[in-house]
Amino acid sequence: MSDRVSSQARTLFEKVWDRHVVADYGGGFALMHVDRLIVPDLSSRSLNKLRERGIGLARPELVFGVADHAITTDPDSADPHGLANPFVANLREQAKHFGLTMLEPSEPGHGIMHVIAPELGITLPGLTLCCSDSHSCTNGALGALAWGIGGGELTHILATQTSVQRKPKTMRIRLDGRLPAGTHAKDLILHLIGEIGVAAGNGYAVEYAGSAIGALPMEARFTVCNMSVEFGARFGMIAPDDTTLAYVAGRPYAPGGALWDAAVADWRGLASDPEARFDHDVPVDVTGLTPQVTWGNNPAAVLPVDGHIPDPTHEGNAARRQEMEAALAYMDLTPGRPIQGTPVDWVFIGSCTNSRISDLRAAAAIVKGRKVAQHVHAWVVPGSSGVKQQAEAEGLDAVFRASGFEWRQPGCSMCVGANGDVVPRGQRCVSTSNRNFVGRQGPGSRTHLASPVLAAASACAGAIADPRKFM
Amino acid sequence: MNPLVTLSGPAAPFLIDNVNTDMIAPMYRPAQAGVLRGLAVKREDLAGMLFAGLRYDTQDRELPDFVLNRPAFRNAHFLLGGSNFGCGSSRDTAALMLSAFGIRCVIAPSFGEIFRDNCFNAGMLPLVLAREIVTALAAEAQDGSSFFLDVAGGTLRSPGGRVVALEVPTFRREQLLAGADEIALTLQRKPEIVAYQDRERAAHPWVYLPQRQNC
Repeated sequence: MSDRVSSQARTLFEKVWDRHVVADYGGGFALMHVDRLIVPDLSSRSLNKLRERGIGLARPELVFGVADHAITTDPDSADPHGLANPFVANLREQAKHFGLTMLEPSEPGHGIMHVIAPELGITLPGLTLCCSDSHSCTNGALGALAWGIGGGELTHILATQTSVQRKPKTMRIRLDGRLPAGTHAKDLILHLIGEIGVAAGNGYAVEYAGSAIGALPMEARFTVCNMSVEFGARFGMIAPDDTTLAYVAGRPYAPGGALWDAAVADWRGLASDPEARFDHDVPVDVTGLTPQVTWGNNPAAVLPVDGHIPDPTHEGNAARRQEMEAALAYMDLTPGRPIQGTPVDWVFIGSCTNSRISDLRAAAAIVKGRKVAQHVHAWVVPGSSGVKQQAEAEGLDAVFRASGFEWRQPGCSMCVGANGDVVPRGQRCVSTSNRNFVGRQGPGSRTHLASPVLAAASACAGAIADPRKFM
Repeated sequence: MNPLVTLSGPAAPFLIDNVNTDMIAPMYRPAQAGVLRGLAVKREDLAGMLFAGLRYDTQDRELPDFVLNRPAFRNAHFLLGGSNFGCGSSRDTAALMLSAFGIRCVIAPSFGEIFRDNCFNAGMLPLVLAREIVTALAAEAQDGSSFFLDVAGGTLRSPGGRVVALEVPTFRREQLLAGADEIALTLQRKPEIVAYQDRERAAHPWVYLPQRQNC
C-alpha cells in the first residue's frame, strides 16, 4: 500500500518503511520491497546459486554489480580491471547472463559501493536499498532505508526483489552544538559510539537529527550513517533537506525535469512529523568535541587524542576488564600512557567511511608542504573513480605524492584486506575505516580508527598525532 | 534447507561479549596472509575456517585451549555466547561455518541483527536468553554433556534437567520447522509483488527509472 493516509504522526523511518510493505506477515514481520540491490564482487556466488536453480532476476534493472572488495588498488597492477580476478570475473560473467548493470572498473563511476551508489544517484531519498554489506546503512544519509544482508538473503532479493524483515524500534539521536575546529564527522560518530557502546543500537532504526547534523555537508553525513552498524543499528537515516537535494540534483541516475520536481515534493514530506514519537531519544552535545582515536578492538574503545590509554585495573566489571586486557595486549599498548606519540607503521586513508573528496581535501591540507615520516607506509585509496578524477583535477594527488603517500586506485582495500591489501602482522595502522577488530586489516594487524586529518597528521609525525597542531 | 526440529549434543561455552563475524568467519587462517582465492567453498573448508584466528597458530596447528579444540566440544551442536554475538560484518559465512561445524543453535543474551537473520536463513536458531541463564547453562555444559532442543515443543533442556521455554517469533519458528525454501515461497507471491510495483510506479515513478539521465 502506497502512502496510507494516516492521521498518526510518523517518523522518517516509519514513512519509508510503510511505503515498502508488500505483505504483512504478522508479529512485526513484513515482506519489504527492495528498490535497489547492489551485488559486490565477493557476493557474486549468490548469482551462481540462482543460475544453478534456473531462476532469473525479478528486476534486473534495479540491480547493480560492483567490483570493490576484491579489486586491486595497485596503480601498477597488470590487471587493473580484474579480468583475471576470480570474484570480479565471475560477477562480470553473471551480470552479463542476468542482464544486471555491472559498474565496470574500466568505466567512470566505478568504486566502493557506498560511495558510488549515492554519487551516481542510484541511492535516492525514500528508497529501500540492500546490499550484502553491513555498511549499507551509509546510504541512509540521503533519507533512504538501506540495510545490510547476508549472501542467502541476497539470493532471495535477486529472485524476488523483496526481503522479509522484522520492523525495528525507532531511536532518534539528536546532535546539537557546533563541531570545533579540527574535528569532523568521524570524531562525532566515534565519540557517540564510545558514549553509548557497541550494542546500543541493536533492535533500532536510528535517525540522526539536531543542529549539528543539519550543519553537516552531505559527505560528512555519509560518514556518520556509515558507522550506525558499529553500535548495532542496522539502519541509520537522516531526513532529506536542502543539503540532500542539492547533492542529489543532476546525478546520473537521479530523476530530471518534471519527475525531479515531483520527487522533490515527495521527499520534502519524508521528514519525521514534529509530533512523531521515538521509542528512544538520545541527546548529544558536540560542543567541546576533540579529535578521537581508538585504542582497542571495537569502535567504542575510543579516546580523545590528548587522552591516556585506559587502565584495566580501574575497571570494576570483570568481563570488561578481561576484554580491555586482551585488547591492550593485542594492540601492544601500555595503560596510563598518552595515546598521542604512539609510533605507527601504516596510515590508510580510504574506505566507505572516509574516502570522499572532502575527506581527501581535508587530509591534503594537513600534509601539504610536509613529508610522511620515513618509517611510515601511507596510502590514499580514493572511494571512486569520480573522487579520484576530481582529486587529480584539484592537484591533491600531487600533494599526497610529494609528501610520500601512495596514490592508489579506488576500492575497499585495506579496510578489510579482501584483495590482499593488508597491514603486516604486528604492525600498527592509523586508519580512516570503520572497524578495529582483531585481524581486521590482516592477521595480527593493529588498527587505530580516526578521521582523515588525524590520519594525515599521524603519517607526517610518524606517530599518533593531534591534527589541531598541524592546522 | 534442512529443517531444524530437534537438536541434541554438547554446548561449547564461549561467553565473550561482542564476538564479531570477523572472528567467527575470518578471511584467512593465521598461517595465510594472502588473497582470497576462489569462489567454491566446500562444507569441510567452511567448518575448518570457523574461528580460524582463535583455533590455529601461525603454523596452522590447533591451539589446544580454544574451546572447539577441546575433546568435549569437538562435536558441539550448540554454542553459548556473550552479548552482541555476531556483530559487525554481514558475511553469512559466519552462520554457514558454524552450521558446517555442526553448531545449529547459538544461545546468547543478544545478537548482531544481520547475523541473527543469517542464522535463520541458514536453518539455525539464534536463541536469546538472559545472561544469568546463559551463564548457568555454561556451568552445566563444561563436561560436554548433551543439551536437547525441541523447536516444535518450544523448549531447551539442559543436561541437569533445567527446561527453558523458547521465545522464537512464529514466522521464524515455522521457517525452521519447515526447512522451507524461502525463495520458492516468496515467488508464490509474485502477483502481489508485481501489483505492488505497478502501484508504486504510478505513485513514485522515479523509483523505477534507474536509467542514466544526465551523462
